[in-house]
Parts: sequence; structure tokens; C-alpha cells
Amino acid sequence: MTSMPLYAQLINLCAAVILLLAFAMLAQRRVVQLVDLFALQGFMLFLATLVMAFKTGQHHLFYSAGLTLVLKVILLPWILHRLVRQLHIKGEVEPLINIPTTMLIGLVLVVIAFNVAMPISQLSSTIARGTLGIALAVVMLAFLMMITRRKAITQVVGFLAMENGLFLAATSATYGMPMVVELGIALDVLVGMIILGVFFFQIRDQFDSLDIHHMEQLKER
Amino acid sequence: MDFFILTLAIPLCAGILLSFAGERAWAPHINVLASTATFLSAAGLTAEIVAAGPRFAFGELFFIDSMNVFFVALTAFVGMTTAIFSDPYMKNDRSHGKLTPGRLRLYKSMFQLFMCTMLVALTTNNLGILWVAMEAATLTTVLLVSLYRTPASLEAAWKYFILCGVGIAQALFGTILLYFAAERVLGETGTALLWTHLVDVKGSLDPTIMSLAFIFLLVGYGTKVGLAPMHNWLPDAHAEGPTPVSAVLSGLLLNVALYAILRCKVLADGALPGGFAGDLMMGFGLFTLLAAAFFLSRQKDIKRMFAYSSIEHMGIITFAFGMGGAVANFAGLLHMTMHSLVKSAIFFAVGHAAQKCGTQNMEDIRGLLKINPLIGWGLMLGTLAILGMPPFGVFASEFMILTHAMKFHPWATPLLLLGLGVAFAAIFAKVQPMVFGESEAKRLPHAPAITPVFVHLGLALMMGLWIPPYLTRWFHEAARMLG
Repeated sequence: MTSMPLYAQLINLCAAVILLLAFAMLAQRRVVQLVDLFALQGFMLFLATLVMAFKTGQHHLFYSAGLTLVLKVILLPWILHRLVRQLHIKGEVEPLINIPTTMLIGLVLVVIAFNVAMPISQLSSTIARGTLGIALAVVMLAFLMMITRRKAITQVVGFLAMENGLFLAATSATYGMPMVVELGIALDVLVGMIILGVFFFQIRDQFDSLDIHHMEQLKER
Repeated sequence: MDFFILTLAIPLCAGILLSFAGERAWAPHINVLASTATFLSAAGLTAEIVAAGPRFAFGELFFIDSMNVFFVALTAFVGMTTAIFSDPYMKNDRSHGKLTPGRLRLYKSMFQLFMCTMLVALTTNNLGILWVAMEAATLTTVLLVSLYRTPASLEAAWKYFILCGVGIAQALFGTILLYFAAERVLGETGTALLWTHLVDVKGSLDPTIMSLAFIFLLVGYGTKVGLAPMHNWLPDAHAEGPTPVSAVLSGLLLNVALYAILRCKVLADGALPGGFAGDLMMGFGLFTLLAAAFFLSRQKDIKRMFAYSSIEHMGIITFAFGMGGAVANFAGLLHMTMHSLVKSAIFFAVGHAAQKCGTQNMEDIRGLLKINPLIGWGLMLGTLAILGMPPFGVFASEFMILTHAMKFHPWATPLLLLGLGVAFAAIFAKVQPMVFGESEAKRLPHAPAITPVFVHLGLALMMGLWIPPYLTRWFHEAARMLG
């Protein structure tokens, strides 16, 4: 097998770090560090997109790299940190399932994700086709994080991490979506985050806590 | 004047204007006026499309054909009647102290923006923008569901946001896969997400990718349609939000999400000749119908019960489109129209009834005929209509779906009948004592708006007895496009 060109190695490295960070987020108990990990994941995403942009010379990839940097590395973590401070969320995030078990489930999910993505990545002609499996794995790990955590804010970080995975999928399989779509998605994420910020204060005023186990009244009896 | 631009611009401008208007005396009139104007321009657009055929707008960014113009007209119409209904309803809520002026302003502004996002979702030609608009539709309604700020409404809104957010993230992955499949055929020209381009090459899209993409799209948008087992958010959001919001969520948003699935199904059918997409939709549809039907009898909250009824009907419609073919598609489109009209009429009646009795608990709502005969009859006739009683249009569409199923998928017929029968028994047994019987309810400060209820039911009745020929032609054309 011939050795991979440098840029492909770089992109694969970034993708691997993103996957690693997804696991780190799954294992992280503290909210503040969780937000930092999310910002770091966004930064790796930015690097991967940037490498791809330099290699292919596609203009819109530069724009989407810039968008990632502004939105996911600076703006969203800043909003999240502000929320954490203003709402006095501190200390431990109690997971519903203990962390080693969560990690094991995560491993299984990664294997599944790679199997699902295999036939598709073989069809891909982009330089980063190996990363599609990683992208799907990141989406599934984020999903797992949303299921196993109790605090409303960790669910939101999980949701945003899922969006990171989707972004990675879009860049790795197709060199990114058309610009107008990407802008629309970014706008939705940002507006969603602002609405959630408003919403957190409503929840806290009502329940005196951001623990979602208070919100289990509505179910079929 | 371009009717298309007006249709999108009026709700957008009204939404922005209303966010500044606040508590001015003319603010409620703006809401009704803007919705009426939107409907009029949508009607103008419809006449234009019927006369001149499909057209593009803003380059190829928007595409209006006989299928989506029909949804545009329906959406604008129900939007208008809901605005008329909500005026006295929200005023009553305000005088009961359930709402503050600020929240009332939020409601009016978000209602208009919600209409705008749905109209964009319906008319866009770009499947990526369709996704963006669907997500925006969720965002505009999250704060409406939690408008009363009660613990239950906050929980419902949180569930709505998270479940629909996760669902729609699946749809985004599906869209990415679709784009990936299309790019291999259409090249990197930026047209690979435009539906009109995709439909030309649908036969050469890669089947492996398309099957995976369609699963993600169906599960993703299906969450918003309320397909079981992803339906959990729906009853909560409908029961805890203000009634006008329940009416538009049930009557319109579910339709728009289903429309997104239909657009994708046309592409999947082209790429996968084996009928994979249809089978998947039939399976989900039947399961949804049965699950919802059996949950119906356990409900205590009146809005929750009718929310489950919406899930049930979405199941029937998904099943109909899953069968495919001209007759089933026609029936599916007719059923979607009927469900929108009748269900929003029911929610209007239910809203007034719950307001009069001061509760949504069905055991405490009694003797609606004595309180206000119009509300009582509105609820009774609406219930009969939604349960598929003969003179109404729901009967016609359900009959077509059943006979078509008997002919081509006989195994499904007993399941369909079981679902419909269980739903009938559950709903009728609960509505009957609410309408008849004794009551001791008080007068409300603002007289309820009953006209929308009877306009909707009248239309449903007319469609059951006689569908105007231009409407039939229009349905046929849309059904043909669905394949």
C-alpha cells in the first residue's frame, strides 16, 4: 500500500482527534470542562476544513472554515460559559449510567458506525473519504451523551456536538454543502442557542434547578 | 405584482412589525389582517400556477408546482382562520391573567414568523433550505409551547426542542447523504440539492446511498410528522401550548414535515425501483396508526386526546402515500387536506370549551350544548367528521385508502380497520358526555370566534359530497407527480 499524502494524513489526524474528544466528552463529569472540550472539538473541525480548503482551493470551504471558527470555537462556547456562570451551574454532572459502561456502549457504537459508513465511503471520491465513518461515530456518541446525562446543559452540548459530527460528515463526503445551506444551518444553530439561553432561565425560575429529572411529569399513565 | 414574493414577505414583515407593536390597540388587527393578506396572495399564486403551470422564483431557489401550491393555499387558509380564532381566545387568556402583554406580543410575532418558515419550507427548491426552514419552524414554536410558563409547559417545550432537534439532525445527515449521491451524478455545480435537478437524474442516483439517505430522512422528518415511536413530543406540546398553537402544529406543521418526506420519496423511488421507500412508509404508517389508536382510550386531557388523534391520522396518510399509485396518492392528499381543516376546527372548538370550563380535563367538561350550543355542535360535528362519518370528506379519503389497501395489500386491511375502530370507540365515548349533559360554566369576557369552526367543517362537508372539478384536477396532477 502506498503511503498517504500529507494532507490526507492531516485530515485523518484531525478526524481521529475529534473522535477522541467525543469520547472525552462522554467521560467528562464537569460542566465547564465539557464546554472547553466542545470548543476544542470545534477547533479541530476548523483545522480539518482549513486543510481541505487549502488542498482543493474551493472558496466556500474557506468560508465555512471561518464560520466554524467564529461560531463553534468562539461564539457558542462563550454563550455556554456565560450561561454556566449566570445560572451557577457547578460541579458534577451525574450520568444516568456509570461512565465505564457508557464508554463500552460508545465503543460498540463506533464499530456500528464504521460498518454502516463502509459501503458509502468506498464510493466517495473526496480526499477525506475515510472520515465519514468517524463523522457518523461522533454523531452517535453525541446522541449517547444526550441520553445518559441529566443536566439540561449537557444535553445541549451533546446536541451541538452532534451538529459537529454532521458538519464533519458534510465536509468529508462532499466538500461541504452549498454555501446558502451552510449559512442557514449556522443561523439555525445560533438562534437555537439563544432561544435555549432564554429557555434555561425559564426552567431555572420554575424548578430552581436545571436537572431534567424534575421534568418527568408528562407521560402516559 | 408577484404573488409569490407577497406570500412570503407579508408574514415576515408582519412578524417583525408585531415584535415592535407591543400592546398597541391595533396590534391584534395586524395579525388578522396580515394572515388574511397572506391567504389572498396565496390564492392569487394558486390561480397563477393553475393557469400557467409550474414556475421558478429567485433563479432556481424556489419552485412552485401544483403539488406545493396546494399546500401553500391550505397553510395560508388555516393560518388565517387561526389568527381570527386566536384573537378573542388570547384576550380571554389575558383577562384570566394567564398571559402578560409581553408574552402576547411574543405569540403574535412568532406566529407570523412560523407561517413564514412553513411557507419557505413548502416552496423552496433546495432540499438544504427545506431542512433549514423546518428547523426554523421548530425554533419559532418552542417558545410558543412554553408560553404559559407552567412547569408542564416548560417540560413539553424542552421535550419538543430536544426530540425534534435530534430528529431533524437525522434528517440533516440524510440530506448530506442525498447531496453526496447527487454530486456524483450532477457534479460540483451547486445544483446537486435542487429538487428539480435531482428529479431529472433520480434514476441514476446510487441505490446504496439513497436507501440509507431515505431511512435517515424518513426517521428525521418522521419525528416531526409524529410517526411512532418518535411521536413522544407531540401530545405534550399540543396539550400544554396555547390552543391556536396546537391548531397550527397539528393542522399545518405535521403536513409540512410530511411534504418533506414526500419530496424525498419521489427521489428514492426513482433510485430504488423495488418499492423500498413505499414499504418503509407503509410499515411506519400502520404502526403509528395502531399505537396512537390504543393510546387514545387512556387520555384524560382533551387536547392530548386530539393530539393522539392527529398522530393516528398521520399514520393513515403515511400508509396511503406508502402504497403509492394514483388512487392512493389522491386519497392521501385529500386526507391531508381534510385532516388539516377538521382538526384545526376541533382545536378551535376545544379551545373555547376548555376556556369556558376552566379546565382541559375531560371529566370536568360537561354539557357544552347548554353552555354554548354552537361550541357544542362544533365539537360534536368535528368529532364525527374526524372519525370518518359519511357526509364529511374524511370518509371519502378513508374509504379510498381502505379499498385500495384491500385490492393491493389485503393483509393490511384488518389492521387498518382495527385502528380506525378502536379510535372511533375511544374518542366518541369521551366526546359524547362532554357535549351533552349538565354544566355550570361561567360567561367569558370576550365572545368566542365560532365562524372559523363552521367554515372549516362546511368545507370538509362540501369535499365529502362534491369536490369542485378544478380541485380534482389539481389533486390528480399532484398525485401523478408523486408517482
